[in-house]
Parts: sequence; C-alpha cells; structure tokens
Amino acid sequence: MCKAAAIPFTGTKEQEQELYEAIARHKEQKGALMPVIQEAQRIYGYMPEEVQRMVSEGMGVSLSEVYGVVTFYSQFSLTPKGKYKIVICMGTACYVIGAGQIMERFEKELGIKDGECTEDMKFSLDGARCVGACGLAPVISVNEDVYGKIIADKVPEILKNYKDN
Amino acid sequence: MNLYRSHVLLCAGTGCVASGCHAVSDAFEAELKEVGLEKEVKVVHTGCFGLCALGPIMIIYPEGSFYAQVKAEDCKEIVDEHLLKGRIVTRLLYHETVCEEEGMKSLSETGFYKKQTRVALRNCGVIDPEVIDEYIGFDGYLALGKALTEMTPQEVIDIVKASGLRGRGGAGFPTGLKWEFAAKAEGDQKYVCANADEGDPGAFMDRSILEGDPHAVIEAMSIAAYAIGANQGYVYVRAEYPIAVHRLQIAIDQAKEYGLLGKNIFDSGFDFDLEIRLGAGAFVCGEEPALLLSIEGHRGEPRSRPPFPAVKGLFGKPTVLNNVETFANIPQIMLKGADWFSSMGTEKSKGTKVFALGGNVTNVGLVEVPMGITMREIVEEIGGGVPNGKKFKAAQTGGPSGGCIPNVHFDVPIDYENLAAVGSMMGSGGLIVMDEDNCMVDMAKFFLDFTVEESCGKCSPCRIGTKRLSEILEKITSGHGKPEDLDKMEMLCTHISKSSLCALGQTASNPVISMYKYFKDEYKAHVYEKKCPAGICKDLLQYVVVPEKCIGCTLCAKVCPVHCISGKVKEIHVIDQKECIKCGVCMEKCKFDAIIKK
Repeated sequence: MCKAAAIPFTGTKEQEQELYEAIARHKEQKGALMPVIQEAQRIYGYMPEEVQRMVSEGMGVSLSEVYGVVTFYSQFSLTPKGKYKIVICMGTACYVIGAGQIMERFEKELGIKDGECTEDMKFSLDGARCVGACGLAPVISVNEDVYGKIIADKVPEILKNYKDN
Repeated sequence: MNLYRSHVLLCAGTGCVASGCHAVSDAFEAELKEVGLEKEVKVVHTGCFGLCALGPIMIIYPEGSFYAQVKAEDCKEIVDEHLLKGRIVTRLLYHETVCEEEGMKSLSETGFYKKQTRVALRNCGVIDPEVIDEYIGFDGYLALGKALTEMTPQEVIDIVKASGLRGRGGAGFPTGLKWEFAAKAEGDQKYVCANADEGDPGAFMDRSILEGDPHAVIEAMSIAAYAIGANQGYVYVRAEYPIAVHRLQIAIDQAKEYGLLGKNIFDSGFDFDLEIRLGAGAFVCGEEPALLLSIEGHRGEPRSRPPFPAVKGLFGKPTVLNNVETFANIPQIMLKGADWFSSMGTEKSKGTKVFALGGNVTNVGLVEVPMGITMREIVEEIGGGVPNGKKFKAAQTGGPSGGCIPNVHFDVPIDYENLAAVGSMMGSGGLIVMDEDNCMVDMAKFFLDFTVEESCGKCSPCRIGTKRLSEILEKITSGHGKPEDLDKMEMLCTHISKSSLCALGQTASNPVISMYKYFKDEYKAHVYEKKCPAGICKDLLQYVVVPEKCIGCTLCAKVCPVHCISGKVKEIHVIDQKECIKCGVCMEKCKFDAIIKK
C-alpha cells in the first residue's frame, strides 16, 4: 500500500526482454511459476498488473492463478518500494527488546505506516518476519546496510545518512 | 599444498556479517600482507560459532584464542602482537576465557560451551563451508559412501529407526518411520525434500547449518534418497537467507563436480540430483503439504491428511520431507551408529537439539544441547541469565505455535513430551527469554497478530477465529477489556485449536492459553484495574513525577515533544496526562529518577 498507489507503470522494453528470457529459461522446469515470479519481482521491483499479465501469457497459466500466487506470499508486492527500503525485524527476539518502539519511531519520522512508502518514493517501511540476526537485536536494514542493537533515539541519525542523496 | 603455521577462523555467518565481519576480514588480510605473513597464516571464513552476540568473532589456532567483537582497527594489533610476537591480545579475548593464572581458558570450559554437545552443528565454525575438501577432511561423504557400497536401503532405514531420531522441525515424528513409509509406497518417481523455510521468528539454526555446513545436508538428503528410492531432491529455502542460498548452491555445484551428486554415485548405480527452490515468505509453508504445493509453484495452502506426503506428496509422488537440522544429524548416525545417538537424551527424545537463544538473555546465540537438559541450565548457565539486573519472567519455545515456560517449570528436563505437558512445544527450537519488562498480554497479542497475518485463509476457524481472538486481546491491552472477555477468549482458544485444518491453526492459540494460564494476574490487572504491570501497554500507562525526587531542573519540560510538562526552575514539575503521548522521553532523560511510569 504505497501512498503513491496510482503511479503509472513505467516498465521498459529491456525489462520486458529480460522477463521473457527468464520465462524461456524456466518454462520447461517443473513448478516454474514461483521462480518466474521471483525473477519478475527482481526485474521490476514489484508485481503490478501489467507484469502479472506478461507472466500469465508467457507461462500459459491464467491471470487469476498468477494473482493468487503473488498475493499469497509476503515477498511479492503489488506496489513499488522506495529507493531506500527500510526493513525492521519484527521477529520475537527483536520484539522483546523493543522493535515495536523502533517501528513507531520510523513511522513518526517518515510520516508513513508499516508497509507504505513516502510520496517522493524515497523511503519505504516494512516489518520483516525475522532476519535471523538475533544477536544484534533489535536489528534493521536499509537496502544492504544493517544496523544492529539500535535504540529509537538513533532513528533520525540513521535516516540522515540517506536523506541527502 | 601450503602448510600454514596459524589458522585464523573468522565467522562469516549472517550474524557476524551483519556486525561487519567482511570489513574485519579485509583489514586483516591487508595487515598480513603488510608484514609478509600471507603465506604463513591462513584466514578461513567459517559458519556460525554460536555466540552471535559477540560478533564479529575470530579464533586463532593453534592457541585457540577467541577474540570477540573485533573491529577493523583491531587487526593491526592482533597481527603485530599475536601473529608476529606470539603474545595474545588479552583485551580482545572473550572475557570468559580470560583467566588469571594460565592467561587463557579453553572455550570448552566457558559457561556458554561447557554443557553443549555439537552434533548437527559440529562443523559450523570449524570448516570453510565453501570448500568441499574441508568437509571431506572431517569425514564428509563417508557416510554416503558407506550407505551406497555396504548397506541395503532397508539397513539404512533400520539404523535411522533404531537411533530414535525425531523430526527437528517441531512435531517430532520419528524420521526412520517416515522414510520407511516412503520406501514402501508405490511410485515410479519419488522425491526427497528439505524444509529450510524456517518460519519461526527468532529461530535461525537451519540457516546457520546451511551457511556453516551445507554439505552435511546434501549428504543426508542423498542417503535418504537411497533409502526410499528417490533420484531427485529439492531444498526449499527462505529467500531472506541470501548467504545460505549462495553457499548451498556452491556446495551443490562442488558435489556435482566431485561426482557426489549426479549419475552413478560411488559407482553404485545410484543417481541423485538436487535443486534449490526459494520460498517467498509464508509461515504456513512449514506445513508439509503446503510446502510441497509451494515447490510445485502454487499457493502454499495446507490440505487434510491422509494421504500423507510419504504416499502422495510432491507432484503426487511419494515424498520424504525433513527439516534441515534433522538431516544434519544423519551422516553422524550412519558413521557412529544408532547406539551412540540414542545414548544421548531422554527415553523418548534421543540425541541433541539446537536452540536459538534470544531475547533478554546475555549470551544470545545458537546452542546445541543433549535432550533432557533443563531450561534453567540453558538460560542461566549457557545463556548467562537475564542482563541488566532484570528479573526473569518466562521463556517461549516453539515460536507462535508454542507456549511460555515460567519459573516453576524451569527444572523440567526438556524433551518433546515434557514441553507439551507444560503447555508449550519443542517447535523448531526458537527459545526467547522474557524479563519483567515484557507484558504477557502484549506478547500473546504479538504472536497472535503474527498468526492472523500468516493464516492462509482456507479454513474459517483459523481465518476468522484468530482475528476475533486478536481483537479481544487488543481490547484488553487498550484498557477496554471486560471480565467476560477473558472467558470468551478461553472458549475461542479451545474452538480454534479443535477445529482448524492444519497445525498453524491448531496451535495458534497456544501462546494465549499458556500465558493466560501462568500469568492470570497480569491479564486480570489489565481488565479489572486497567493497569499493565510490566508498563508496556501504552493506553494503560501514566508517566508521573515523584514530588520527593524532583529538583526542578526543567530538563523534562525541555525534552517533552508535546510540551505537556509544566513547572518553574527549582519547583516540582507536573505532567498533563491529557496531552501526554507517553513517549517516555522525560523518564529516559531525567537524571534524578524522578519520573516513573505506572
């Protein structure tokens, strides 16, 4: 549920080409639909209706089946994510040491809720199941950068690293 | 082959990668080059040592010195002092290994490692998982060779049965029996699958095994395939585990190159091939039929059993599906025998179990202990107890499907039956320690919100029931709970667990039932007194100034984001409860402990 939900689809020819190559690579494999959707999500960053249609036609399965799989798994998103994807681990180990407060602080600082992204498409905020780095609890990541053992007061400082570029 | 005088083992598991071990590694190698030691000292990137709270971790052999929380800037000192001059850098040693008389204690004598027995984790933190030769050097693929060249499939099944190994994914079904069912099932094609979709938030042993010892899983799956007559396998692993996926792929490629996967393995006529399938985030895929449907590329919805997957599983064919940790035990059982394995543990639960110890405990990390150990030994001796002088409250095992274990049951020997008897379950092995600052109504709500989101929606008791249950808990934590809500909550729990289709629904109410059972007073305080004794549920909290302690320094009024604290210099301050947003900044900043929450 991105705040900018109505943003138009901006897929390129190159992306389309890449997707069709991925479909060709997997098509003969047993149970290929999931790997293909995973590739599609990697190429486009999310799974809008246009991409679902391409997968449906390329794989020869109904659009409803593609939509069913896309909406079943939490990895797939119908809306785009921000340039900086903030992921807050909400696993039990992080939760008992205050991940809830950290999420609240991010929501306050960014003015968006869990699962949304800012209007300028810069930041998106998502709670994750468990990243398995329980020794660093509470832990968050911004794209590839991991921040461990953080407290809510550090949130503005972390955001600052990404605000200027 | 180069002979090295020192080996530097650097943990490269997810925990240590997140704490920056790559930067340490780069700095270390640069230092080695600087002093010209790169041909004498070998740096090995291993899997998880277990003590994740102290990462990045480095162990230097032959001395066995365990350096904790190493930073890139420490590398020069370690290289100069330890490797060049032979002086151990005491200030960086894990404090438990520092010992007055002898200078350094061995790791196996520290509280964290003393009571551990490593079977499934034996190679984690020991070998380089990206080099198949290191695995082979530690008896790797010997068990597969033995099975293929000296044993019949039935003999393999008999050993696994006799060992008493039970499924480590949670339910504890006897592994040998599962293999036997699949072996006896009719089918032109059979499959072996590994469940590495570790969904329990706070459990990470399967990931650590795949990262630290991927060949053990490949070898075990090949053995299972030989036993049941399969020639194709799948490892279903969480996409959120990129390092594990990467190392597993390397391991599969190396095994193929060595002829340990593929056609005619060990010249026995046995073929086996293995593929990785990525999960996409669905807790319900821990349920066998759901996981198999997901590998087939569908929505991972469970179905009623029978038929069991051993008879009708993946693509409708007989399938064995085991958890990663279960598999990691197999090669050792084949080599050391069923008697060795069954000599560990309790009457009905044999061997060891890996727990992911987390939450409010000093030594967060992975521990592998013999079944039958008590919770007290794990939390207090291995875990080092609750930090910051807080009081222990309960430990949660089994994640969102399990329950909590309070102090009174702390001396119960841990096995499948005993954990179930006290209202929890073994589960995959997450073990989260909660202290006095954790509210048990809030925790129950946390787990339930998880299940609500992860319920696949196929059956109504789970889909609607968990939602209603979560609403009741929301009512209680927000101060609107009525006494009859507690009865309703109990009744709903019973209905959901009795009528749900799969284990997700059947166990969804476990956290609520057990937390209510052991911490009834806390629930009642929320409902009758509108108070949260742990001070977590915001709607029930008040921040107040203790007049006797306030000296009127005005700091609280300055930091309050909504300006709801009033008072002049050297006068007692007052918090306007109507305006207060309960952010707690005032209490955090007060230097005189003059603000409390109640």
